[in-house]
Amino acid sequence: MTSAAPPAGGTRWLDNRNVLGALFMLPAAVLLLAFLTYPLGLGVWLGFTDTKIGRPGEWVGFENYEFLWGDSVTRLALFNTLFYTLVASIFKFGLGLWLALLLNKHLPFKAFIRAIVLLPFIVPTALSAIAFWWIYDAQFSVISWVLTKAGLIDRYIDFLGDPWNARFSTIAANIWRGVPFVAICLLAGLQTISPSYYEAASLDGATPWQQFRYVTLPLLTPIIAVVMTFSVLFTFTDFQLIYVLTRGGPLNATHLMATLSFQRAIPGGSLGEGAALAVAMVPFLLAAILFSYFGLQRRRWQQGGGDA
Amino acid sequence: MSSNRRDFLKTTAGVAAATATGTLLAPSVASAQGAWSNQPEKGAKLRVLRWKRFVQGDEDTYMANVKKFTEKYGVEVRVDHEGWEDVRPKAAVAANTGAGPDIILSTNDDANLYPDKLLDVTDLAEYLGKKYGGWYPVCQQYLKPDGKKWIGVPLGCAGNALVYRESAIKAAGFSSVPKDTAGFLKLMQALKEKGMPGGFALGNATGDGNTWTHWLVWSHGGRLVNEKNQVVIDSPETIRALEYGKSLYETFVPGTLSWLDPNNNKAFLDGQLGITANGISVYYAAKNSADAKVKEMTADINHANFPIGPVGRPTEFNLFFNQMIFRYTKYPRAAKEFLRFMMEEEQVSPWLTASIGYVTPALTVYEKHPVWNDPKSIPYRDSMKIMLPSGYSGKMGYASAGALADFIVVNMVAEAVSGSKTPKEAAERAQKRAERYYKV
Repeated sequence: MTSAAPPAGGTRWLDNRNVLGALFMLPAAVLLLAFLTYPLGLGVWLGFTDTKIGRPGEWVGFENYEFLWGDSVTRLALFNTLFYTLVASIFKFGLGLWLALLLNKHLPFKAFIRAIVLLPFIVPTALSAIAFWWIYDAQFSVISWVLTKAGLIDRYIDFLGDPWNARFSTIAANIWRGVPFVAICLLAGLQTISPSYYEAASLDGATPWQQFRYVTLPLLTPIIAVVMTFSVLFTFTDFQLIYVLTRGGPLNATHLMATLSFQRAIPGGSLGEGAALAVAMVPFLLAAILFSYFGLQRRRWQQGGGDA
Repeated sequence: MSSNRRDFLKTTAGVAAATATGTLLAPSVASAQGAWSNQPEKGAKLRVLRWKRFVQGDEDTYMANVKKFTEKYGVEVRVDHEGWEDVRPKAAVAANTGAGPDIILSTNDDANLYPDKLLDVTDLAEYLGKKYGGWYPVCQQYLKPDGKKWIGVPLGCAGNALVYRESAIKAAGFSSVPKDTAGFLKLMQALKEKGMPGGFALGNATGDGNTWTHWLVWSHGGRLVNEKNQVVIDSPETIRALEYGKSLYETFVPGTLSWLDPNNNKAFLDGQLGITANGISVYYAAKNSADAKVKEMTADINHANFPIGPVGRPTEFNLFFNQMIFRYTKYPRAAKEFLRFMMEEEQVSPWLTASIGYVTPALTVYEKHPVWNDPKSIPYRDSMKIMLPSGYSGKMGYASAGALADFIVVNMVAEAVSGSKTPKEAAERAQKRAERYYKV
């Protein structure tokens, strides 16, 4: 190596670790800037303009936000989104944890069953949404059909035609899709817990519930925090499911912030307003992230204690 | 308006007389017009973006015509097909960035969103108008907004009419669909009693939701805006329309609040519906179905125009199709030539036949086309003649497009007829929402 003289003075700076480091980071930085920071910044900027598709806009300050605050459809969408996220996340957590605990036991065909469980998560959302669309169809619903044949109901259930039915139906579809993700991640977390803890606990005479409460749960909390943060983020920003099932109907009862943002921005042409709606989701998402990072990861909580 | 139209049609009737010879044009008339000279640029290439077919025959014949054009003029044409709701944003971006397809076939008020980005096609529109019996008046509202300049060439519209089962109507004690709203309500009530109810989409269905709810409001004299683009939806006429809609809704098959565009087609072809509103595509689907049971239904399917309400004239709302050439095109002459070629009778006629009239042409001469010899297709023949324009009765532009895309009228009707709001509350809410678009 020493025999070959540097061809030119220009290559010597490559020997500098700092320069080299920066150089290696450059591709990632460029990617992040071009595909993350720029669109996000553009979105924020658009939210302060009255840009229409096909027509550049002017700076209007907070006018979009003022309008959205007073707009009944937006308020309804905000309520729907919070309700949708809250209910779906609680169920996804409960069912996911339950499923993870079951899968953590020694079952025959363990690998096979675990693979099956992941299926709803693997199927593209748009496809599973179409399946649910048929399941919930006002005329062709298989659920209604079975119940009618069994003589339990005398008219088809209006799954997507009644505002509250539609909310719960879309939430059910979301849960079905989201549980495997939570379950598999928590299962991975469960497997990192050393069996010796359980041995020690059982020697001390701990009941299964006490084992769960004082061994499993505290050790699982960091994973739960991460998984549930992701789960909440995915749910809050859901789009495909709603778009296929209801397009936000009936009576806008299932419009989420994301679907309304799209409706206003793209088919409706009001890019500025749509962008403002999308930006209005950011504080909620940030709050969810902060909660999990500063709250759920606290050492005291992890050790099963309170704040006091 | 109607007297104008009548005169207009009278003067053009002569042109449309010679159907017997297989051409719609009397040769003498055709040669008398003849004033079209245009030569595509050398080495021209064209990109066309159009909405994806609703009936297979449309696309097949359209592409065959494109091929004929390429063979004749040596101009290569690439055609992209996209779902009709996706064409709007793409066209708008093309207009804004000054790059994209040379020609876009779009819907409704699109051309009015960026009129200054579109090539002036007045010469072509006038040539076609003269040769083929004139454009229907509604075309001028869409594509000749200033009354002088054509910013696009009208293609026609996808007519939306009542689609019904003859057997169901007969069983309900009617020989045909009543032509007035009062009689229509009686029919709907009788259909429900006989177990073959009707149903119209009330979900956020861009096509089927908007068409019938606009008819409902307009038929009673309600409208979103007046001629000065002032929002006037909160009116006694609208309330009357909503109250009528309420009694209509009571007769519907359950679940229409959740219906999106495909639902009524599915339910109808499954034999659960006595009547609904749709394009001729349901009939087309039944006619060409591989399923013997569905095919059998063809004979039982018939169509009728929407009934006339208290305003005393037809108030239908159909999906209008524009053909726009963008100014940024490098080959404006080739683009014009392409549209002219596609609009000449030799191309239109087989296309119309293959799509059994899915698109009602914008030129009056085609009223005499043999595709309308099937009596069941007659309501669609008149779709251009009797429709009201998008954003009626104001001007088209961002406001009308935005209000339509936000389902303001559909939501208002759905809220009122389902009883989740009183008609008055629903109308007030629609007024507020619309005012935002029309900025008071």
